Amino acid sequence: MNKIIITTSICLTLIISLSSCQQDKKLPFYGERHAETVRDAAGIEKIDTVYQTIPNWSFLNQDSVVTTNKLTDGKVYIADFFFTSCTTICPTMHRNLLTVYNDFQNNPDVMFVSHTIDFKYDKPSALKKYAKKLGVEGPRWTFLYGSKDSIYTIAEKSYLVAVGEDNKAKDGYIHQGYLVLVDKDRHIRGAYDGTKVEQVDQLKKDISILLAEKK
Amino acid sequence: MRKYLISSVFLLAITSIIYSCQSQEKMDLQNYIASGRDIYIAKCQNCHGEKGEGLGELAPPLTDSLFIKANKSRLACFVKNGVNEPLVVHGKEYKEKMPAFPELTNIEVAQVLVFITNSFGNKEGFYSYDQVSADLIDCRK
Ligand code: HEC
Repeated sequence: MNKIIITTSICLTLIISLSSCQQDKKLPFYGERHAETVRDAAGIEKIDTVYQTIPNWSFLNQDSVVTTNKLTDGKVYIADFFFTSCTTICPTMHRNLLTVYNDFQNNPDVMFVSHTIDFKYDKPSALKKYAKKLGVEGPRWTFLYGSKDSIYTIAEKSYLVAVGEDNKAKDGYIHQGYLVLVDKDRHIRGAYDGTKVEQVDQLKKDISILLAEKK
Repeated sequence: MRKYLISSVFLLAITSIIYSCQSQEKMDLQNYIASGRDIYIAKCQNCHGEKGEGLGELAPPLTDSLFIKANKSRLACFVKNGVNEPLVVHGKEYKEKMPAFPELTNIEVAQVLVFITNSFGNKEGFYSYDQVSADLIDCRK
C-alpha cells in the first residue's frame, strides 16, 4: 500500500514538474549582457539585465531600395550571411532555409534577412536574380547589400558570425553558415548551423517557441 | 565417356569464368556506387540535392534520364572542367555555372558518375575509369 502511494506521488511530481517545464520554456539570450538600473512605469528604480541588441542598420535590398531595421522591428527574423557565387555551403544553407520559409509562409511575423558578403560582385541586381532563381519573391525574405565595412562589422560584432575575405578559400571568402534567430526586441535567441538538417529542424521548433513567448 | 567428362568440365570452367566476370562487374558497380555516393554527398549534394532534385533555377536536377543518356559521354567533362554553357534539363533552360572539380581523380569521377547515372531514376550501368580518360580527351569540342 505504502509503495503504491510513494510511486504514484513520484509519478505525479514528475508529471507536474515536466509539464511546468514545458509551460515556461524560453529560449536563451546570446551575446554579452550587463545589469543596468532602470525605472519602471511607476518610476521605481530596479536592476534589469540588458541583453546584446542588434543595432540600427540600413542597407540596400534586392530592389535597390534603402531598407532599415524598421523592416524587422517587432518581428521574429532569421539572419544569415552568404554570397551568390558561393559553391560550397551556401546552396545547402539556403535549401534548408527555404524549408523554414515555406513552413512559416502564412506568418508575416517571421522574416528572413540574407546579407551578401561579396561587396564586389553581389550588387542588388545580382541579389534580385539570385532570389528569383531560388524561388523567393515578396517581402518576407529580403536580400541585403552593403559596404564591406558595414556588413562585416554587423556580422561579427552584432550577429556573432565570422566572415572574411580569403584568397586561399575556394570562392574567395570564408564564412560560417549560421542562421541567427532574432526576437521582436532585436536580441539573439539562437544560432543554428544552416548546413545541418537537424539544427534547422530545431530552428523551426524554436521559432514557434519564440512566437509563443509572452512579451 | 571420357570425352563427355572433359567437355563438361571444360563447359563448367567457361561458365564459371563468365559468371565470375559478371559478378566481378556487378561487384565493381556496387563498389563504385558506394564510393560515388560518398563523393556525391561531399561535393555535389549541396547544389543537386539529396534526391538529385536540384535547387530552383540555380542548379538543375539530375533526374532527367533522357538528358543523362544523351550526354553520357560529356558528363566527365562537366565534372572535371565545370559547366559554363546553357543546358536544357527537363525542358527548362539553365544558364548558371557549375564549378570544376579538377581535384577529383579519373577513378573518382567514374565513381561519382556511376552513382548519379544509376540513381534518381537513371539506369545507365557501369562506366569505367578508362572511359573517363577517353571521354576527357574529347572535352573541348
Ligand atoms: C555550386 C553548385 C554545383 C555543384 C557543387 C555541382 N554542380 Fe553540377 N551543375 C550545377 C549547375 C548550375 C549546372 C548547370 C549549368 C548550366 O546552367 O548550364 C550543373 C549541371 C550538372 C550536370 C548536367 C545537367 C543535369 O542536371 O544533368 C551534371 C550531370 C552535374 N551537374 C553533375 C554534378 C556532379 C557529379 C557534381 C559533383 C562532383 C556536381 N554536379 C556539383 C551546379 C553544381
